[in-house]
Amino acid sequence: MSRRLHPAVAGAQPFQLAERDPDAPLFDSEESRERLEAILSRYPNKRAALLPLLGYAQEIHGWISTGDMEEIAEVLELTPAYVWSVASFYTMYNKHPAGRHMIQVCTNISCHLNGAPRVLEEFLEQTGTVEGETTQDGRFTVLEAECLGACGFATAVQINDEYHENVTPEKVAEILASLDGPQGV
Amino acid sequence: MAYPYRDDRETTTILSRHMGEPEARSLNGWLERGGYEALRKAVAMEPDEITDVVKESGLRGRGGAGFPTGMKWSFMPSEPSGPHYLCANADESEPGAFKDREIMRWTPHLLIEGCIIAARAIRAQHVYIYVRGEFFPVIRILNQAVVEAYEAGYLGESVCESGWGCDLTVHIGAGAYIAGEETGLMSSLMGGRAEPWMKPPFPAQRGVFGAPTTVNNVETLASVPGIVMNGSAWYRGWGSEKSPGTKMWCCSGNLTKPGNYELELGLPLREIIDEVCGGPPEGRKVKAVLPGGSSTAFLTADELDCVTTYEGLQEAGSALGTASPIVLDETAEIVPAMRRIAQFYAHESCGQCVQCREGTAWITKILRRIEEGDGEPRDLETLYDLCDQLTGRTICVLADSVVFPLRSSLDKFRHEYEALMRRSPTVAT
Ligand code: FES
Repeated sequence: MSRRLHPAVAGAQPFQLAERDPDAPLFDSEESRERLEAILSRYPNKRAALLPLLGYAQEIHGWISTGDMEEIAEVLELTPAYVWSVASFYTMYNKHPAGRHMIQVCTNISCHLNGAPRVLEEFLEQTGTVEGETTQDGRFTVLEAECLGACGFATAVQINDEYHENVTPEKVAEILASLDGPQGV
Repeated sequence: MAYPYRDDRETTTILSRHMGEPEARSLNGWLERGGYEALRKAVAMEPDEITDVVKESGLRGRGGAGFPTGMKWSFMPSEPSGPHYLCANADESEPGAFKDREIMRWTPHLLIEGCIIAARAIRAQHVYIYVRGEFFPVIRILNQAVVEAYEAGYLGESVCESGWGCDLTVHIGAGAYIAGEETGLMSSLMGGRAEPWMKPPFPAQRGVFGAPTTVNNVETLASVPGIVMNGSAWYRGWGSEKSPGTKMWCCSGNLTKPGNYELELGLPLREIIDEVCGGPPEGRKVKAVLPGGSSTAFLTADELDCVTTYEGLQEAGSALGTASPIVLDETAEIVPAMRRIAQFYAHESCGQCVQCREGTAWITKILRRIEEGDGEPRDLETLYDLCDQLTGRTICVLADSVVFPLRSSLDKFRHEYEALMRRSPTVAT
């Protein structure tokens, strides 16, 4: 986040990351104001910057709190209620803190035909959680996802901002082990 | 060419020639492969000349509807009274479709070049590429390419030193299938819920930010540089009169070699499934195919001799859609598959239209009940009834999208539904 981003892509950064700081201020640094200016410069009105800024908040904090929404509403001159109505429409915005590794298993038709339900079960079992919930240690959230646009590589699994393709139940342990350092932090 | 499996037959490669070559992603790699030559040609052409070439080529929109691209462009005002916009629809999320992701992750500059040429044709000063949020790895690649294109002067105040300026912004979605519908995409781009709106007004009259707008699919735009470079007759060298050119075929489901294949339009569907993709694994037999993605009507194993053009698949009672055949082999069961499809549409309904919001949810519930052995014979009538109520009565076609596979599954695989009914101990007669 310390890089200076080209305005053309300033509002289009991956926002589902393991590295995050829930307490960092959104718009207090010079860097963040630059980013805001860069995003605003690409649209004819402020409202259009709403999705980019919701993504930005999640990139920084890992999720989007009502406080974040109020801040965004203020800079874009929108009402907090409007910001909430938009944020709640989109499934990728976390309205609650999520695990550091958000595991999304596609169970849509092509993956379904290739054993996706068993892959999902395996992830749930090995992380010891239920679908939609986060493990107590805050490491994993496991979700059933809709088509991830990788149907020829079934089963497709998205973990944060990365794709894992051709996933079978046998590969789950290895994938989970690769996510954290040796101490499993 | 094809990815990840090779297709060794002699095929054309307009879109897929450099798939699998990581070097093609960088500007230098792209220039070495003839990149941006079509753009240089296009900046020396008048906007209407570009539109005419694309019109003559017969290129049709690759997002599903198949509307002629050149004609769509010609609806844009020729004397702008304000800004014009181009939106590249990269919100690929139709189950079964995964071609736009492939185009962007291997050849991002091909899309960018197509966008700039299209922007010139429709007199747009700003292009938004609306990418689905989940595509983070692709977004990184695309972002890098956009920055390179700016630095090299292919974007910005004077494209290729022509004095004509064009900007491009990458905009990412956040998980809403309906943002792939063109008016839903524009609602979302304007900072709203991705709710489709009624047409007219058509986007070319009043689109994003109230200005004339064209929304084109990634594959459509990626086809443009080749057409501009080589001419419409060249493009018409492939395909049929009504469906010229080549098309990415995203093949998935029960297949030995699933993946993306660029094929001339018009091959028999059976050839694509059996020869190109090696048929279902372990020599199993095909039971059913959704030829154009999950929102197209099922074809049975006996109906695969149709040709894969827009008109050919329509004659066969289905549609080309996004050219994404999903193959179900003899081990697959129709009812759970149909339930999973319906569940998707219920989840993705934006909720504006009652028929769609309630209908897709009810269809899913009934199918689940049948799947679990609690169905009653009259459920099938109810499903047919819902099909009638969901057809053609809503703002967008999401509701219709579930009817096509549902009705055809009821017509063609009724026995599978009935077999599940009989399992129920509470069957009412
Ligand atoms: S169905 Fe799983 S990625 Fe498309």
